[in-house]
Amino acid sequence: MRPFTYERAASPAEAAAAAARNPGARFIAGGTNLLDLMKLQIETPSHLIDVNGLALDRIEPTPEGGLRIGALVRNTDLAADARVRRDYGVLSRALLAGASGQLRNKATTAGNMLQRTRCPYFYDTSQPCNKRQPGSGCAAIGGFSRQLAVIGGSEACIATHPSDMAVAMRALDAVVETVRPDGTTRSIPIAEFHRLPGETPHVETVLEPGELITAVTLPPPAGGVQIYRKVRDRASYAFALVSVAAVVQRDGTARVALGGVAHKPWRVEAAEAEIPRGAKAVTAAMLDGAKPTHDNAFKLRLVERTLGAVLAEAKG
Amino acid sequence: MKFDTPAGSNPIDQLKVVGHPIDRIDGPLKTTGHAPYAYERHDVVANPAYGYVIGAAIAKGRITAMDVGAARAAPGVLAVVTHENAGPLGKGSMNTARLLGGPEIEHYHQAIGVVVAETFEQARDAAALVKVTYAREEGAFDLAAVRDSARKVEQSASAVGDFEGAFAAAPVQLDQTYTTPDQSHAMMEPHASTAAWDGDSVTVWTSNQMIDWGVTDLAKTLNLPKEKVRLVSPFIGGGFGGKLFLRADALLAALGARAAGRPVKVALPRPLMMNNTTHRPATIQRIRIGCTRDGRITAIGHESWSGDLPGGQPETAVDQTRLLYAGANRLTALRLAVLDLPEGNAMRAPGEAPGLMALEIAMDEMAEKLGIDPVEFRIINDTQVDPGQPDRSFSRRQLVECLRLGAERFGWRNRDPVPGRRRNGRWLTGLGMAAAFRNNLVMASGARVRLDRQGRVTVETDMTDIGTGSYTIIAQTAAEMIGVPLEHVTVRLGDSRFPVSAGSGGQWGANSATAGVYAACVKLREAVAQKAGFNTADAVFAEGQVRAGNRSVSLAEAAGEAGLVAEDVMEFGDLAKRYQQSTFGSHFVEVAVDAHTGEVRIRRMLAVCAAGRILNPKSARSQVIGAMTMGVGAALMEELAVDRRHGFFVNHDLAGYEVPVHADIPHQEVIFLDEVDPISSPMKAKGVGELGLCGVGAAIANAIYNATGARVRDYPITLDKYLDRLPDVA
Repeated sequence: MRPFTYERAASPAEAAAAAARNPGARFIAGGTNLLDLMKLQIETPSHLIDVNGLALDRIEPTPEGGLRIGALVRNTDLAADARVRRDYGVLSRALLAGASGQLRNKATTAGNMLQRTRCPYFYDTSQPCNKRQPGSGCAAIGGFSRQLAVIGGSEACIATHPSDMAVAMRALDAVVETVRPDGTTRSIPIAEFHRLPGETPHVETVLEPGELITAVTLPPPAGGVQIYRKVRDRASYAFALVSVAAVVQRDGTARVALGGVAHKPWRVEAAEAEIPRGAKAVTAAMLDGAKPTHDNAFKLRLVERTLGAVLAEAKG
Repeated sequence: MKFDTPAGSNPIDQLKVVGHPIDRIDGPLKTTGHAPYAYERHDVVANPAYGYVIGAAIAKGRITAMDVGAARAAPGVLAVVTHENAGPLGKGSMNTARLLGGPEIEHYHQAIGVVVAETFEQARDAAALVKVTYAREEGAFDLAAVRDSARKVEQSASAVGDFEGAFAAAPVQLDQTYTTPDQSHAMMEPHASTAAWDGDSVTVWTSNQMIDWGVTDLAKTLNLPKEKVRLVSPFIGGGFGGKLFLRADALLAALGARAAGRPVKVALPRPLMMNNTTHRPATIQRIRIGCTRDGRITAIGHESWSGDLPGGQPETAVDQTRLLYAGANRLTALRLAVLDLPEGNAMRAPGEAPGLMALEIAMDEMAEKLGIDPVEFRIINDTQVDPGQPDRSFSRRQLVECLRLGAERFGWRNRDPVPGRRRNGRWLTGLGMAAAFRNNLVMASGARVRLDRQGRVTVETDMTDIGTGSYTIIAQTAAEMIGVPLEHVTVRLGDSRFPVSAGSGGQWGANSATAGVYAACVKLREAVAQKAGFNTADAVFAEGQVRAGNRSVSLAEAAGEAGLVAEDVMEFGDLAKRYQQSTFGSHFVEVAVDAHTGEVRIRRMLAVCAAGRILNPKSARSQVIGAMTMGVGAALMEELAVDRRHGFFVNHDLAGYEVPVHADIPHQEVIFLDEVDPISSPMKAKGVGELGLCGVGAAIANAIYNATGARVRDYPITLDKYLDRLPDVA
């Protein structure tokens, strides 16, 4: 960990302004990801802006009938919220499928959205990684890539986004609310929030320098059967090989998002028209253009089978 | 004392204290956080500085330049030690690669320096400032690719009868190849040491299973006489073979302390451990079994390939195949290739653990070919003698009893012999079993026993307790021998100032170390009897008294003001040559496999163990259920993933290297057969900890096959290896 300066922000707008003034700054909330990365010198912020004191820890109804989840709402609290459990079951289930009780107690909604990849080469500072050190190359391509992306990757990066929560948020059409350094706010649909790696895998979201997430808003309840199915090599405390977040309506229509397959939560709205034709057809449409590696080609088949399980479960 | 004839009756047979399920006596220290571990010896070392280890960033080659200027100038830095200023170093006899590398690099993350600073954070930051330039060389990193270059190893090679001829002639044949991956010990406590110099003598508080090996190799590496080196390791947070040897933490703490002129502590950071320390090497195993149609083995052959650094050792995966089943024609062979991966060495039942993972799948496959129940097939091929030397019998062998009892208790008769057709909702269910086998090793072991004027007993030995329960069984042994309550026994372990013991490894520790304590207690009994004026043979030790005829004397009185001290070493004669000493068991497993995704959930596990006298059924059970858990890891998830281009283990932390979590471990049952083995030692005990692991992986593999019909011969059995072979989902 390199020496850094620290301040507590007084308001979201001031936090954003402070971040814009300090190009080496990072916001810190739960710190469950950032502190680990700082210890390994993967993240080397010169300045930390602690946002924990900002009053962004409430879950409130929106005038439209949805929920506004403050950026600092802890994963444990969000998963346990009665409204979330009743109306957004896929979100609660996704949260509980992630990390451990201790981590969920600390981890925040915004922080979860901004989690960095768990690609093992990203974590090994002896190895090149375009995400860690832009332009250095990608050791994962041609290396051990069993966990890595099968679609949406680039010549520069095949990392995956590790979040479970964000996959459910994608299926629910959540919207990310932010404040910018000049004090203006904006709403970013989650579909546009995370980026594919392209030539700049170190740029992971559309957030501008200094821009701070203040909330994530859920639209009115979608109803239906809501399932989050996470497949991994052990029963708990592991990142997904693949995961499926699904909201399946009684009429057979559904929304489906995938985790563990791409640099961002993966959803192809057009593919959802294939639902009546079954998991194989949906998977083919969702993963059209996939470029798996030798190590992770199994994920294509696993998505199909997991989606099959989810659709069967939804039927009851 | 020399143990060279089978034990007759002795005071241990009273079983007043030995054999009881006594809580571990060091439990309160551990549960209250008072047990002193190596990195936290604030009780004995004031003001230590912190050392941070730098690992090589290449697998093979040379350091061409090393710039430590910025690190030396960094805040709080006291010293930077590298090959350039460490002075001449020897190499431990148990080490294959040097513990401080440079300029030659032998493996990835080989230590190439230690930065010592006032705080841990300063040391870590400064270490990142060291600039190293390398000349990388090509290396061999892929066992399968170098398999044909492997040389034959004489060790473990055996040939009985005409294997090739008998196999060719056998009416039923199996010829299959199995693979096991590289694995990491992944113990909770990292390798950690605190070192302090006093003149030209060094004391290292460390975490090490084998104190005398450690002292010997640290002295050798530092070019010091052995008496100038003291190792202290009273508590160990898991070792599993990873702490059998001197490792970089101890050496670099000593070098750092010498350079900084004050005590230094060094712990290996978790991401360094998988490549810096030793690991269980991957194997490729070919097994051939020939049988008559009624299930008698006529030919059994087991060959195994593994790799290691030049001068390294093979994984002895074929040894159990010499002894486990009958058969007139036999072949075992090991081949060792040179690999430039980190150093391979002992881990969690080396040899038998990976060997049985292969052999016991092969037995299951053969049973199916024969149409014979897998339990019955093993029983048919039982042998009560060493099949290679039929005049040499097993000291005690109850494999058949373990198999029959296990089958009965587990409900084996309910198993559907046709795989892949038991469905329960989303789950395919299946049962699997395997035989368990692990040799019983005995090692010379010494102890010192004191009786003080209050009649209290103190045992001192450099034996270690790696979480196994050594403190407790040693206390039980002394209490039984001297006739005092357990609370009147103090056990002090893990200090090289104490008599050299067997140490903890290869499941030899419990039996050997308590036998050493037995020997010292026999001497103490003689001293007490003499002091009290009794014939030793007549003296009865009980309830804090020594008694003969109508007269009794309290132990306190016999000890007198000065107390009495006795020391002895138990040495083992040739009984291990005259008899084959092994431990036996059976493992039964029920699994459920998700019919869609292939995820495996273990539902029940049972181990039946025949391993001599069980000194403490509670700590022994803990050992066995822990071992069964390791078996789950080996079967389902544990694998160091090799980067075959750059030569290192990629998943080098506990997020990437998965071991079972609580949710993976179901109900575990352990049954110990009532057994004593007087050929093993006066304790009549044998090792049991590693037996609990040997065979588990194959039992799980066989259960997955029974559930799904998919046979996987390539561990770990992750779902990607059989997803396409699952039965159609209705």
